[in-house]
Amino acid sequence: MNYLPKSLAVGFVLATFATSSVFAAGTHPVTGEALADDQTFTYSLLDEFTTADPQMVEDVSGSYFVRDLFEGLMNQDGDGKLIPGVATGYTTNDAKDVYTFTLRDNARWSDGNPVTAHDFVYAWRRLADPATASPYSWFADIMALENVGAVMSGESPPEALGIRALDNHTLEVRLTASLPYFAAMTTHASTFPSPQWTVRTFGDGWTKPGNIVGNGAYVLTEHIPNETATRERNTMYWNNEATIIDKVVTLVINDENTDFTRWEAGETDKGAVPSGQYPRLKAEYPDEAISFPRLCTYYMTFNLSPSGPEAFKDVRVRQALSYALDRSVVTDKVLQGGQIQAFTFTPGATAGFEVPAVAFGQMSQDQRNVNAKLLMAAAGYGPDNPLKFEYMYNTSEGHKKIAIAAQQMWKETLGAEATLANQEWKTFLKTRGGQNFDVARGGWCGDYNEASTFLDLMTTPSGYNDGKFSNAEVDELMTSARTMSDATSNYTRVEEIMANEMPIIPVYHYTGVFMLRNNLKGWPFNNVEQNVYSRDLYKVAD
Amino acid sequence: MLNYIIKRIGIAIPTLLILIAVTFYLMHAAPGGPFTSEKPLPPQVLANIEAKYGLDQPIWRQMTTYLWGILTEFDFGPSYKYHSRTVNEIIGQGFPITLKYGFWSFIVAIGVGIPLGAIAAIRKNTWVDYFAVGVSIGAQVLPNFVLAPLLIIVFTLWLGWLPGGGWHGGDWEYLVMPVIALSTSYMASIARITRSSMLEVLNANYIRTARAKGLPTKTIFFRHVFKPSLLPVISYLGPAFVGLITGSVLIDIFFSTGGMGYFFVNAAFNRDYAVMMGITILVGALTILFSLIADLLYAWIDPKIRY
Repeated sequence: MNYLPKSLAVGFVLATFATSSVFAAGTHPVTGEALADDQTFTYSLLDEFTTADPQMVEDVSGSYFVRDLFEGLMNQDGDGKLIPGVATGYTTNDAKDVYTFTLRDNARWSDGNPVTAHDFVYAWRRLADPATASPYSWFADIMALENVGAVMSGESPPEALGIRALDNHTLEVRLTASLPYFAAMTTHASTFPSPQWTVRTFGDGWTKPGNIVGNGAYVLTEHIPNETATRERNTMYWNNEATIIDKVVTLVINDENTDFTRWEAGETDKGAVPSGQYPRLKAEYPDEAISFPRLCTYYMTFNLSPSGPEAFKDVRVRQALSYALDRSVVTDKVLQGGQIQAFTFTPGATAGFEVPAVAFGQMSQDQRNVNAKLLMAAAGYGPDNPLKFEYMYNTSEGHKKIAIAAQQMWKETLGAEATLANQEWKTFLKTRGGQNFDVARGGWCGDYNEASTFLDLMTTPSGYNDGKFSNAEVDELMTSARTMSDATSNYTRVEEIMANEMPIIPVYHYTGVFMLRNNLKGWPFNNVEQNVYSRDLYKVAD
Repeated sequence: MLNYIIKRIGIAIPTLLILIAVTFYLMHAAPGGPFTSEKPLPPQVLANIEAKYGLDQPIWRQMTTYLWGILTEFDFGPSYKYHSRTVNEIIGQGFPITLKYGFWSFIVAIGVGIPLGAIAAIRKNTWVDYFAVGVSIGAQVLPNFVLAPLLIIVFTLWLGWLPGGGWHGGDWEYLVMPVIALSTSYMASIARITRSSMLEVLNANYIRTARAKGLPTKTIFFRHVFKPSLLPVISYLGPAFVGLITGSVLIDIFFSTGGMGYFFVNAAFNRDYAVMMGITILVGALTILFSLIADLLYAWIDPKIRY
């Protein structure tokens, strides 16, 4: 060493150090890509998440936390397919109303306790228990667990619920209906286990950093509400070896323009695309501006209840207004985020759903306009007797633009005079739910990846059917669809009926847009529900 | 003086009670509730939740229970939106943040505003005056929802000097942009009020007398002009200080500071009754307190005022 100049020696040592740390980061075990040294994933949230309590969570961003901090019976892979989670598998009877899950014996909570079937029993009872007062307890109801109604109303104790641990690693679930897709429902955050001992000790504050015990790939180490939250690798997680991202950081940024600026400044890996900016950003960042279909539909609903306008009782008027709305103007001129024009209520991205070739969807806009004029004239409306109604939407710049575009199109094509009205969100929900409107804006996102999550809305008893559309055939088709192994034909028929009856005007199917850094890999673009698990992500070396 | 203070505090209590009653009533009169959502909850679920939070009780009962909780245990209730947190925690976390950037904004607004106004008044109708007035008018008309993103673009994106947001316990680099964005319009108002009131004082008879008897300008300014010309500024500073330290929703939105302003506005949209009430009471109490302090300062500065 004596004959080496000192600076060179230092350089040599540093170089060795650097090489060894790159080596330590290693390569991806499956793809062989070189991994980045810093495996921290930082993303922005438009709003603070509500809670990390699996049985209380109700928002999308909170559910993502729960998926990282806890693990349910089953998980989804990057394509949304069902894969084992805490359960290694399950069996079911022929009637598909009893499910038995086998739990892996190496699953541990972050405090070292084993994850057992009893933890799931506790969590599911907690979900349905009226004392918990979970806003998502209705999920236990749609899972059709035995005695769920009686437990939720307090008539039976939570112990009466149709779930029990046969032993530490065997869980039996009894249902009141045949649900072929039941296992898929266990990927939902509200079905994830809870550590009884922690909940008992800390009460409502059990999910705070320091208190929280989870069985997921990460633990919550820091949370400053409305600013930031950090989750770090849970070394007790059974599959910790396969996890690559070490740390997940969220930053709450309430303004999407600032959000994008901070992404551009390199502060986040995933950031927002400000509305209307997608085309520009796609041109500037072709690989990093992302748009993908979502299970959501934007629509307008006619008030068909007795309190609704007489004019909308005439199907020709409803059809005319729907035909005259040029969806391409909304998607290509107003929104410009790659949205898909909608002629059906159910988005084409929904699993097992073929978009039926409904007649008005096949026409050109000119043809639709011609037909709309004829229908309107036949219904008795014209220049001397223009149709007048009010279009109601919840206050938002985006909705306003669409409303103005629609108003203009109805005016130009049909001479109809729509006045626009907007209300603040919760007031709007009250107004729409009370049928105090003529035509109202609607938006619906599927709760699960199946067409019934949309089409059930159109049934007479649905609590979400604010337009009060009622059609006996639709009701019957949707009821029988529940027990069919393949209900595609029923769904297609319902969409055809809706295209004729036009209780709603489907406008467009949503797309998700965001900025995602090039070196972040493993994002589940093919999972339309966008159920992301941070442990599937990784960062490659630049 | 002591009598006056006791009397003012005596008035403050019924004032606060009226504020609470009116806010409570208005809040519940707004359509929808904390658990109204696009996907309405089944009636059984809603009933369970309302029973848990006592929302099934008549309004007067809810209000008395709420007040009783505050008086006996200083408990402002739970948040309906953020299930694992109480209002005490939300205010305990957000208020110190707001207080910190609000306080520094106040210092900057006074520290820049008063000298700017004073210089403009002393050098009236010179380029110094035009410059100072120009700056203050510019600062006043530039709303902070324009200024804030501009600051982020310049200091974060272009220059890379400052982080684009966050709080990190209030480290100085996280404090700079919020303070600039929040203080400018206050600074401008203070400068303009200072300038006009100082001009008025400079034209007063007793100043002419002081000049006539040959007092040096410095003495005239500091002894006879400065204090009286601050009177209108002080009556402005009382409410301004409360405004600054009780939060700015825009600052919280643009700089992700996690302060109380955003919680306040969001609570109204979410119908998070207890959070809304808690912050209203805090802001109300502070407003009453600081207008009292401003009034007392008045008496100290102006010997003509006696309580």
